[in-house]
Amino acid sequence: MRLLTHNMLSSNVKGVVDGFPLRLEAEKWVEKEVELNVDFLRHIFHKIEWKALAGAARAVGYGELPDEADAAMLDAEDFLRRFHHALLEIHVEEGALVCPDTGRRFPINKGIPNMLLNEDEI
Amino acid sequence: MKLKQLEGLLGTLQQFSHPKIELEQYPTGPHIASRLLYTAENTYGDISGKIVADFGCGCGTLGLASALLDAEQVIGIDIDPQSLEVASENAVDLELEMDFMQCDINNLRWRDHLVHTVVMNPPFGTRRKGSDIEFLAKALKVASCAVYSLHKTTTRDFIKKIAVRDFNARTAEVLCELRYDVPQLYKFHKKKEVDIAVDLWRFVPNANQAL
Ligand SMILES: C[S@@+](CC[C@H](N)C(=O)[O-])C[C@H]1O[C@@H](n2cnc3c(N)ncnc32)[C@H](O)[C@@H]1O
Repeated sequence: MRLLTHNMLSSNVKGVVDGFPLRLEAEKWVEKEVELNVDFLRHIFHKIEWKALAGAARAVGYGELPDEADAAMLDAEDFLRRFHHALLEIHVEEGALVCPDTGRRFPINKGIPNMLLNEDEI
Repeated sequence: MKLKQLEGLLGTLQQFSHPKIELEQYPTGPHIASRLLYTAENTYGDISGKIVADFGCGCGTLGLASALLDAEQVIGIDIDPQSLEVASENAVDLELEMDFMQCDINNLRWRDHLVHTVVMNPPFGTRRKGSDIEFLAKALKVASCAVYSLHKTTTRDFIKKIAVRDFNARTAEVLCELRYDVPQLYKFHKKKEVDIAVDLWRFVPNANQAL
């Protein structure tokens, strides 16, 4: 699971209204290089919840994202590289996603988060 | 990438070894899958550089085809862990990146419109009534650009009506009618192959106006 995927995901437990962002607990992750696509980054920036991304990046030991960001920063090559790296190049292999409201843990095994709910959570 | 090349690569993928009847696990063959994605990319520009979700990804055919056509990020969702395992092996074999998630589409909760395009071959709802419609409703909720999907031709009028009236689709268009060979995966199929008429749809969600 990459951090872009984490940024889309809300907790789906019954009764949870906000459920975003899921807290990331990462035990193992890998990095794989992806070609930088400036147009994509500029476009997607406006849809990204920045605090959630920066928080998730810290959970995988990447502290290079500023706490806050605005569109003007997209002109700086250095910022684009960091944004790109956090969003697309880090794969969480083992760990968990934790619902911010209920504390329910969703395990991540072999890179795949398991978001299946029990009967009483639907 | 040429169409023939795409079809050839999709033909090398592993498919369900023990398909689960209740989940309607039959793969989209390389012929249909390659044409679906090729049209989405070359006629409409809905794949390359986009975030694509593959709903009910099974062994990953449609999502991996999107990755081959340069989607920026692909996410495959299935309820079945065995299929997801095969799908991630397929991704490794083709040296492609694709994210996966185990989830029931009905309980999927994503922020709206972050995904650009949804590609899917949903269960036709023959085992669990209405599952094709549940997939469509969810796809039109999360997608910002387009949804590509296969539905039985017998449901055409119903799909059109419900997509526009209830699921906020701006347009719902049948791109072509296909013959779908559902192979004899299941004992209750008497003939070797069951040939059914299926429509390839393209839906445009209302969110697309804002883009
Ligand atoms: C017709 S198969 C298509 C498989 C694959 N997309 C392909 O094109 O080859 C339908 C897939 O949907 C999955 N599925 C069925 N019900 C589901 C649900 N409620 N949530 C998520 N996936 C589901 C099945 O496990 C199966 O892999």
